[in-house]
Amino acid sequence: MLQKVLLMGKSGAGKTSMRSIIFANYLARDTMRLGATIDVEHSHVRFLGNLVLNLWDCGGQEAFMENYFESQRDHIFRNVQVLIYVFDIESRELTKDIEYYGSCLAAMRQNSKSAKIFCLVHKMDLVPDEQREQVFRQRERELQAVASRLELEISCFKTSIWDETLYRAWSQMVHALIPNRDSLQTHLDKLCAVCQADEVVLFERATFLVICDAVRAAHEDVHRHEKISNIIKQFKLSCSKTQAQFATMQVRNARYSAFIEGFTSTTYAMVIVSDASIQPATTLINIEASRAHFESLIAQLKL
Amino acid sequence: MASARHDGPSTPRVLLMGARRAGKSSIQKVVFHKMSPHETLFLEPTNKLVKNDIANSSFVQFEVWDFPGHVDTTSAAVKPELTFGGCSALVWVIDAQDDHAEALARLQATIGTAYRINPSIVFEVLVHKVDSFSEDQRIECQRELQAHLSEELTAARLQHVKVNFHLTSIYDHSVFEAFSKVVQQLIPQLPTLESLLDILVASCRIEKAFLFDVVSKIYIATDSSLVDMQSYELCADMIDVVIDVSCIYGLGEGADDGTGSTASNCVITLNNGTALFLREMNRSLALVCILKESVMQQQGLLEYNCASFRKALGELFRLPNQPK
Repeated sequence: MLQKVLLMGKSGAGKTSMRSIIFANYLARDTMRLGATIDVEHSHVRFLGNLVLNLWDCGGQEAFMENYFESQRDHIFRNVQVLIYVFDIESRELTKDIEYYGSCLAAMRQNSKSAKIFCLVHKMDLVPDEQREQVFRQRERELQAVASRLELEISCFKTSIWDETLYRAWSQMVHALIPNRDSLQTHLDKLCAVCQADEVVLFERATFLVICDAVRAAHEDVHRHEKISNIIKQFKLSCSKTQAQFATMQVRNARYSAFIEGFTSTTYAMVIVSDASIQPATTLINIEASRAHFESLIAQLKL
Repeated sequence: MASARHDGPSTPRVLLMGARRAGKSSIQKVVFHKMSPHETLFLEPTNKLVKNDIANSSFVQFEVWDFPGHVDTTSAAVKPELTFGGCSALVWVIDAQDDHAEALARLQATIGTAYRINPSIVFEVLVHKVDSFSEDQRIECQRELQAHLSEELTAARLQHVKVNFHLTSIYDHSVFEAFSKVVQQLIPQLPTLESLLDILVASCRIEKAFLFDVVSKIYIATDSSLVDMQSYELCADMIDVVIDVSCIYGLGEGADDGTGSTASNCVITLNNGTALFLREMNRSLALVCILKESVMQQQGLLEYNCASFRKALGELFRLPNQPK
C-alpha cells in the first residue's frame, strides 16, 4: 500500500533533518551537514514490511513554494494521505509562515480533503524549558484558528531533534497510517497479561518508532516509550559502527527487568517485568511462543 | 613536598591550561558535567580560575582547575608554588586548527616553571578539535607539534621531561579516552586493578574488560590487552543505555535501600556472536566486558567471578556502598 506523505514548511525549518534522523539513521548532530532541499525530493520508505510511505520532501524556498501553489498545485496536493507542516519556532517572519500555511491548507482542502494534517512546532530546544509549554500553546491556537476557518482538523506537536519529542510526533503520525491498529492492540494486551508484564511495547524495526503499546502498571512518565526509541536507536547506530548489528538486550536491577528483542521480521518488542518472582527464562519463552502469531497478524495489517 | 603541608589527605589536582578558545572549559563540561557537545558553543569565556571537585567515587577523586586562557601561567599572579606544588597532572589544550607557535612557546615556559617546582608532575598535551581533520592530517599535526616541543625543550635543557600527546575532539570519545589515561595516573592502586582484571579476563575467557567510572564514562582500568577505540566507544555507549533505561524503569520506592542493590546488570548481544556484559560494582563503578556469546552460556561462572572481582575491589578501596 502506497501512502503519499507531504513534508512542507519554510526553508531551514528542519524537514529534511527530521526525515533523515527517523528514516535514514542520521545522528542529530550530523544533520548540520545537510544542504537545502531543491524542489521536491521523493523517497520511498518501507515501513512494517508492506506499508510504503511515499515521502515528498518539499523544499521551502519562496520560489518553490509559489510554484507548488500555482503551476504544480494538482501534482503536489492530489491524493495526499498525510500532510506534515513544519514550523521553525525561531522564525522571524511569522505572518509569512502563516500565510503559506493557509495557502497550503486551502490547496489540501481542494485536492485531498480527507487527508490527516499534522503541524510540528520545531526546534523547541531553542526555547527555555519553562516557557516551552506556553509558547507552544500560543502557536497551536494560531494554527488551529487558520485550520478551523477552512473547516479542517489538525494535530499539533512540539518537537526537537535533540530529544524524544521527535519520536513522539512521528509515532503518532505513523499510527494514523497503520490500518487495523486496534486488533494489534487487543493481541498485545493479551500478550502483556500472559507474561504478567508491566508493559509490552512494539517498535518498528528500522525506525524504532512506537507502533503499539500495552500497559498494565501505571507509570508517571508518559513519554517513556519514545525515550526508549531514542535511546535504542542511538545505540543501534553505535553498534553498526563496529560492523555488527544490535540483536538483543536485557537490563535488570532490583526493581525491574527489561527485555528488548527482535520480534517479528519488521518489529522489535520490549517487555518490562517488575515482578521478581517471574524468571527471565519464562518471559523469553513467552516472547518466543507469541512470535509466529504476531508475524501473521502484522502481515495481515496490510489489507 | 606537597604531602608535608597540613591539608589532610590531599585530593590529586589536575590543571587544565592552554590558549584562549582552545576548548578547556568545553572539555571539562563535556567530560565531567555531561554537557552535550553542541551546547558548548554557548559557553562564555572563562575569566577567572574555576576549581571543580570531581568526587564521583572513592576511586576518582580529584580537582580540576580550569585556567582562563589569557592568564600567563608562569607569572607570579598564578602563585606557581601553590599551583604546581600540589598538582599531579597538567593538561595543556592546543587548538589543532589554530596557529600553534604561541601556544607551544607558552607550553614550554609553563613546563619549565612547573617542572622546577614539582618534578613529579605529569604533562599531557591534548591536540584538540581534530574532528575536521582526516586521519593523515591528525597524525601529521601531532608529529609536527611533538617535534617542535621536543626541540624547544631541548633548547631549555628539559629534554628528559616526558610529555604525552593525545588527539582529541569533544564530538567523539577521544577526549574521554585521553582523560581516562590522565586519571589512571592519579590512581595509586592501578597496577593491582589491572592485574585483577587480567585474572578475571583469563578465567572467564573475556575478550576485553573495562572498569568504568559511570558518571564521566572514563575508564579507571582495563586488562593488559590493547585498547581499541571502537570497543571502548561501544562500552561507553552501553553505559548510557543502561543508565537511561534504568532511570525510566529502575527508580522509585524500594529501589534505593542504600545497599547497592540498585546496581543494574545488562547483557547485550550483537548479530556477529559478540556479547556485551555490564555489571555495576557500586554506585559509581561499572565493569563492562566484551566476550563471545558462546561464553555467555556459562553465566554462572561469569557471575561468580564478577562477585569475586567485586569483593577484591572492596578490599582494595573499601567501597562505601558495599553491603555489610
